[in-house]
Amino acid sequence: MSQYKEWNQMDLPDKIVSDIKLNKLNPAQKKKVEERFQKMQVSPGEAIGVISAQSLGEPGTQMTMRTFHFAGVAELNVTLGLPRIIEILDARKEPKTPMMNIMLKAPHNKTFAAADKIANKIKQVSLETIASEFVSDLVNFKLIVKLNPELCKKHSISVKTIVENLSKQLKGTDVKAIGNNIHLTSVKDIKKLYKLKEKIRSLYVSGIKGVTHSLAVRKQDEYVVQTYGSNLKDTQEIPEVDENNVTTNHFYEVAKTYGIEAVAELIIREIMMILDREGLNVDIRHVMLVADTMCKSGELLGITRHGITSEKQSVLARASFEIPLRHLVEASVIGEEDHLTSVVENIMINQPVPIGTGLPDLVVQMKKSALKTKKTKTAPKKSAAKTKPTASKGSKK
Amino acid sequence: MKKEIVTKQIAKISFGVVSPSMIKKLSVVNVITPDIYDADGYPVKKGLMDPSLGVIDPGLRCKTCGGRMKTCAGHFGSINLSKPVIQIIYIDTVYKILRASCHECGRVKLRQDKIEEWTAKFEEAKNTHNLERTRALMSALFTSLKNVKKCPYCSTKLTPVKLNKPTTFQLDNERLWPDQIKEWFEKIPDGDLAAIGYDPAVFRPEWLVLDLLLVPPITIRPSITLETGERSEDDLTHKLTDVVRVNQRLLENINAGAPEIIVEDLWDLLQYHITTFFNNKVSQIPPARHRTRRALKTLAQRISGKEGRFRYNLAGKRVNFCARAVISPDPNIKINELGVPMGVAKEMTIATTATEWNLPWLKTLIKNHEGYPSAKYVTTADSRRRKITDETIPTILEEIEPGWIVERQLIDGDVVIFNRQPSLHRLSMMGHVVKILPGYTFRINPLVCVSYNADFDGDEMNMHVPQTEEAQAEARSILLLDNQIITPRYGLSIIGLIQDSLLGTYFLTKEMLLTRSEVSSLVNAFEYDGDLPKPAVTEKGKQLWRGRQIFSLILPKDLDFESTGQEFIKGKNVIGKFVVKKGELLQGIADKKQVGEHGGLLLHKIHQIYGTDVVSEVINKLNALGLAVSKLRAYTISLSDLDIPKTQQHQIADILQNKTKESDVVIKDFHKGKIIPMPGKTVEETFEAHMLRTLNNSRNVMSDMIAKVVKENTMLVQSAHAGSGDKVLNIALMSGFLGQQALRGERINFGYKNRTLPHFKRNDLGPEAHGFVSHGYAHGMDPIELFFNAIVGRDSLMDTAMRTPKSGYMQRRLINALQDLKVDYDGTVRDSGRSIIQFRYGGDGIDVASSDGGKLDVTI
Repeated sequence: MSQYKEWNQMDLPDKIVSDIKLNKLNPAQKKKVEERFQKMQVSPGEAIGVISAQSLGEPGTQMTMRTFHFAGVAELNVTLGLPRIIEILDARKEPKTPMMNIMLKAPHNKTFAAADKIANKIKQVSLETIASEFVSDLVNFKLIVKLNPELCKKHSISVKTIVENLSKQLKGTDVKAIGNNIHLTSVKDIKKLYKLKEKIRSLYVSGIKGVTHSLAVRKQDEYVVQTYGSNLKDTQEIPEVDENNVTTNHFYEVAKTYGIEAVAELIIREIMMILDREGLNVDIRHVMLVADTMCKSGELLGITRHGITSEKQSVLARASFEIPLRHLVEASVIGEEDHLTSVVENIMINQPVPIGTGLPDLVVQMKKSALKTKKTKTAPKKSAAKTKPTASKGSKK
Repeated sequence: MKKEIVTKQIAKISFGVVSPSMIKKLSVVNVITPDIYDADGYPVKKGLMDPSLGVIDPGLRCKTCGGRMKTCAGHFGSINLSKPVIQIIYIDTVYKILRASCHECGRVKLRQDKIEEWTAKFEEAKNTHNLERTRALMSALFTSLKNVKKCPYCSTKLTPVKLNKPTTFQLDNERLWPDQIKEWFEKIPDGDLAAIGYDPAVFRPEWLVLDLLLVPPITIRPSITLETGERSEDDLTHKLTDVVRVNQRLLENINAGAPEIIVEDLWDLLQYHITTFFNNKVSQIPPARHRTRRALKTLAQRISGKEGRFRYNLAGKRVNFCARAVISPDPNIKINELGVPMGVAKEMTIATTATEWNLPWLKTLIKNHEGYPSAKYVTTADSRRRKITDETIPTILEEIEPGWIVERQLIDGDVVIFNRQPSLHRLSMMGHVVKILPGYTFRINPLVCVSYNADFDGDEMNMHVPQTEEAQAEARSILLLDNQIITPRYGLSIIGLIQDSLLGTYFLTKEMLLTRSEVSSLVNAFEYDGDLPKPAVTEKGKQLWRGRQIFSLILPKDLDFESTGQEFIKGKNVIGKFVVKKGELLQGIADKKQVGEHGGLLLHKIHQIYGTDVVSEVINKLNALGLAVSKLRAYTISLSDLDIPKTQQHQIADILQNKTKESDVVIKDFHKGKIIPMPGKTVEETFEAHMLRTLNNSRNVMSDMIAKVVKENTMLVQSAHAGSGDKVLNIALMSGFLGQQALRGERINFGYKNRTLPHFKRNDLGPEAHGFVSHGYAHGMDPIELFFNAIVGRDSLMDTAMRTPKSGYMQRRLINALQDLKVDYDGTVRDSGRSIIQFRYGGDGIDVASSDGGKLDVTI
């Protein structure tokens, strides 16, 4: 029982210690808090997985299915409620409504005008938005894009950068700037020219790729930029942006820039935010467990048949969820074994489940003489020692 | 019949592929005739219903093992295929191996040193039970192998094999027939198989090319005799007759030396039938159909899906010792009790082991076998079951001794598990103490409706009777409702006072002055047997008690508690404090916030300090008290409760007028083009947003106004204050107006061309034309308003109907992903593979269900 003792003597969490200080508790009261803390600890074997799943699933019936408008002036659609929760749990590559919340460095976040300027800078600008006219010169097989200087100025784009960006994207096409016009020369084929004309409209000129809308919004006493569309890396490179305070709801981008721990944190935040908005009271521990499970392997796994379920150890547990044939085939050719360590298989073969009150095994050490006679006649009903709990592998530190 | 004692426990299940030699061993009949029955209706020998394959008729004995229907599980047969075919379920594996090995020498396209390297890799992955690694290794290996152009052993030039779905393979533009594949596979050495991730101990690739087909026993494909005497065969039998028929035809043709094309056609046909026998839902293959055009349900279909073997039979268990009945409320029983109708109690039994101590009692039960409570059966020490009848009673009474098992009826005080579907959380299944009551329905205390999400409009619920001592002990000490009052979802009490009892405590603590006789009846309701407190008021020689004095009698004597809450001062409900000192309620009203469901603060505090038993007791007593108060007072609602004083009625008209004015301004702005579009929106959308805000605002103004002017002393308003009835907004919707009917966050903007209904002019942007309802429920809507109201109502019904299955599936997935997680003895959270998910549950190891609402409150 040594490991159990060690576990019991865990120090009080910092929050509680600071609470004790804040409330100026005397030693007797402090001891009481410590006792209560020990009393509150989960019992070993507690099926907390199921409890967390139920705690998230049960309020799902009460959630809305609608997409919502952003509170305040910014009228962007946001996926919220049940569809968003499902999206998070699925760990989709692209969220339905990718968004960023960008904080700005000191002088830029004071006034709307300053923040708005940066908001415009962040927004992806396609050629279409700053061009006033597209003219095709069929004689010289040229396309002439007439730029609108006012719009160029508004988005703070110089003609030079436009030419640079365009020629990067259009290989085999000659891009030249003549005054406020851009001349594109390509192959002498009318059909191709026509195609080119359609293509260049949506070409990226400046700003940040993928960000289709961006707005400066007042939050408390400063202005922040909210965007529709997410591109963490490029945004952080903008000098006016406070690169440590850019948030997105795009998990894979976060995974790429900050790693899996940040993703787990983000999942917790996103789910809690949605639950709060719906007015549903769910303890954060349940959400944390879900997030940690999704991130346990070091990469983001969805709660789907391709994600967590397909990584389960037990063949029968996998087979009982979805697509059983595939798992059975796989198991049979590589010669898998199912050691009946999880819940479903034990239900299948009518054995107690190794969770909760089914977890402890009675280990009886019999005298050798007794064992000999017993073995021949009535062997013990349960083959005793199963996997004994291993010593505590890691404490919090 | 002698019962065999099970002395072994399943430790593991290994998976592998059935080998031909295994099929030969299993097979008891070699099936050769497609006929099933002969002219006399007897099964044909060597046919698919050969009596050696098992028994499905009661009374007959199995020809192979001599067992009867219940003891013989059936026996396998086999079909010798005239030409080999490919096992469709393993088609991907076949394809992979074909691409990974050389068709000449059969070696895997890896050099010898690489073979050893990969074998070691797979070995390691398997020994560490790292399935993900095995998968990754295999996929990496196979992608690299398929591009190897030359065999490292025999130097043959290699081209990758092509799979023409569903079942034909091609090598160098020539068809690769299954017999060729079989030959190829036989050449692959065991060592090479291990190097590409397969386990040669349980699987050889040539086994995937079948020339012996295992015929399942009759017991898993029984034929049904219809009322007309006609026999109807199982889908599997139908499919097997096809196989046998084609197989025989193929054999005849081969023996007769038929042209190659005919043989090959028949061969393909055989492949088709065997493919559909295994899986009738292979893409690009038309499913085999029954005479009635219904697609056959073959082996793969039996396994998968909600009604398949896994989810329906293996993971889903059916139970005995359960009952189902309509539920109805009984506020007079305790919250942890369950009123069980006599009819149910008589039918349900508990197997009780006789001991020295309970023997006399069990004997009285046996003697009373016609009446209630009684026992129905006994099982003797040597496992013989005897029915208790008038004739057997004397011998049983004489012989019974400790160790016998007596099946006795359910009695008061037994513990049962009560459940309402959908069982969305653990509070949907709780332990209750049985209380036998007359009638035909299960009775529960209405306070527990919240956790079951039950009402009494015809809901039915299930009761399960735990049979073993362990199960009963668990039900009593873990499942019992008292232990479930705190929901693990957020750590607060989910059960609290509702309806009449809440209204009762509300009035009691608000202003009631009670005479001695009233106090006596109230105190009696919760079985108080202490001294009465001193009367607080003496009026005209009469002793009067305050309601909160009586309320305080229930509270623990050393309870200190303070929170914000309602108070009743100078004839008005105001926000004030709810204070309990030394178990004495000093000020405040016991409303929903304090004693209600979903986290009543007072109840929560009591739970924190005194634990579950005391909370449960307090709730029971408060419930009884509240009901007793409700019996003292009348509770009635009149239509006139909704009336607004004449002097105030103009206010509603004012608000409506105001709304018209304001929206007119917005409309004018719109027509003049004065509306500045919000970022990311068009002018039209911005206009709609402005309109919606204006109109919604008018409802809020109205609601606030009604809250001020509505008659305070009506039961309608009082129940709103108590929290036992509607909210004030709902009253406003009745006596004021309904306001804008919003659909998906917008006004209603569809119907006819540029208008919602033909009653409006085209392009009418006004509030009325887009779903503004300016009447309340009390007055009634006009037809157009009603129509808009119905649109919104229907939409919300639709939303609910679509949400239920979505959230249900989400929960199924969540449960499946998380069900194996548990707290280990060392405090870590681990999954079934014992890998760590969290080092300490939630970071601090606090169990939500025993916390102070998910936190530790240091001030207690």
